[in-house]
Amino acid sequence: MTHQPLKRTPLYESHQALGAKFVPFAGYEMPVQYRDGVLAEHRWTREHVGLFDVSHMGPALLTLVAPSGDPEADHAAIASALERLVPGDIAGLKRGGQRYTFLLNESGGIVDDLMIARPIPDDKQGLLYLVVNAGTKDGDFALIEKTLGGVAVLTPLADDALIALQGPEAAAVFAALVPEAADLGFMQTARFTLLGEKAAVSRSGYTGEDGYEILFPAAKAPALWARLLQDDRVRAVGLGARDSLRLEAGLPLYGHDLDETISPVEAGLTFALSKRRREAGDFPGGPRIQRELAGSLTRVRVGLKVQGAPAREGAEIADASGAVIGKVTSGGFSPSLSAPIALGFVPPAFSAIGTRLNVIVRGKPQPAEVAALPFVPHHYARKV
Amino acid sequence: MRFTKDHEWVSLDGDIATVGITAYAAEQLGDVVFVELPDVGKALKPGDAMAVVESVKAASDVYAPIAGEVTEANTALPDTPEMVNQDPEKDAWIVRIKVSDKAQIDALMDRTAYEAFLDTL
Repeated sequence: MTHQPLKRTPLYESHQALGAKFVPFAGYEMPVQYRDGVLAEHRWTREHVGLFDVSHMGPALLTLVAPSGDPEADHAAIASALERLVPGDIAGLKRGGQRYTFLLNESGGIVDDLMIARPIPDDKQGLLYLVVNAGTKDGDFALIEKTLGGVAVLTPLADDALIALQGPEAAAVFAALVPEAADLGFMQTARFTLLGEKAAVSRSGYTGEDGYEILFPAAKAPALWARLLQDDRVRAVGLGARDSLRLEAGLPLYGHDLDETISPVEAGLTFALSKRRREAGDFPGGPRIQRELAGSLTRVRVGLKVQGAPAREGAEIADASGAVIGKVTSGGFSPSLSAPIALGFVPPAFSAIGTRLNVIVRGKPQPAEVAALPFVPHHYARKV
Repeated sequence: MRFTKDHEWVSLDGDIATVGITAYAAEQLGDVVFVELPDVGKALKPGDAMAVVESVKAASDVYAPIAGEVTEANTALPDTPEMVNQDPEKDAWIVRIKVSDKAQIDALMDRTAYEAFLDTL
């Protein structure tokens, strides 16, 4: 795996032209920053609009093998198939609705976190749109095919580009191209015609800001990218700032804050477990997750405000007596707060906001305090 | 000014060497947001991790290019780490070291050799 040549997204040359610095990420050669640098790109996104290439992620369609032709019955059938793998309420998704959920293993650990959307048209109700993480997509797709084989077919949309437009002015910028997109609320999706091509658009993202994610044909993606950059409010933003933005927003990163041993309850993501699914426990690892929901937990994810040097992934967390009680799973410097912040796991007894702990950086304890998440308020355009 | 393969620079004045990181290193790091300095009086051997420079993404050690004792650290850096990007080879010096063996400095690369080294990276 480490020796396979790196893949490139359809926007590789667009990044090169903008002076991007590339790094290997999840098998792709990705822009970590452009000429402005991580701090300026981060701040630009919080104040204006950042444009991100997230084409390395895994968009896919899940399609019912034998649709009945009855739209509601077909949605119920595809949803009930996928609900065998995820704890979210997929059956209850409205047309055009999108939901954040997880692929779980038999012990309730998170195989991946993903987005699932329900199409709008009658003739597409036997279909769901998925976006999974870049580093896990091959395993995710194999797991879905193995579990749902015969009932549903998974088709990776590997030839499309995925572009995120994020920031307080994103809605105004995008409305100039697609006025109807302003009607979408947070976590709603629709298909629009954009530069003469079909685009699947959702009002979502992973920065904590309002914005859109746009699935678009690869061949026309550089033209869309260039068109969006023509607006002075928009600047290209690399993976470096994408990471610091999501960290400030308290959003977990798979492979760091989430893995196959960690459950959604431990990760503090119970909002994604619907009442019906919690009560039924009818998903992989259901018994464990029900026990944890009832209060049987040994660790939970917390936010930490750190004094001194940034505490990075792997740094130990100690209580006031010096006993090691947990580990940082991602951490760095918050450009918005001009201070180090981190996410990590500690026993519930140490998870109350304001609890004083220490993080061990280069062998030395530094003060850290449990902080409310998100570190920086979300600005989503919730409608209804 | 002399240079190491770890991208530190050394400038000698009498028996005091001033040490920092090169413009190339600063550019590679990106925006510096945190600098950790050694204590004055600390004895260093060549290759000792003597300071830490951190960008948003990662922490990088700064190594002692020569042996000696730290006589001064640039206390402006912890409050204004961005200086490392703005002026890495002058105002953002990191430490001053009382040199125990000047021959160690002569053994380092001059600018021409360092630039030739950068071309190989």
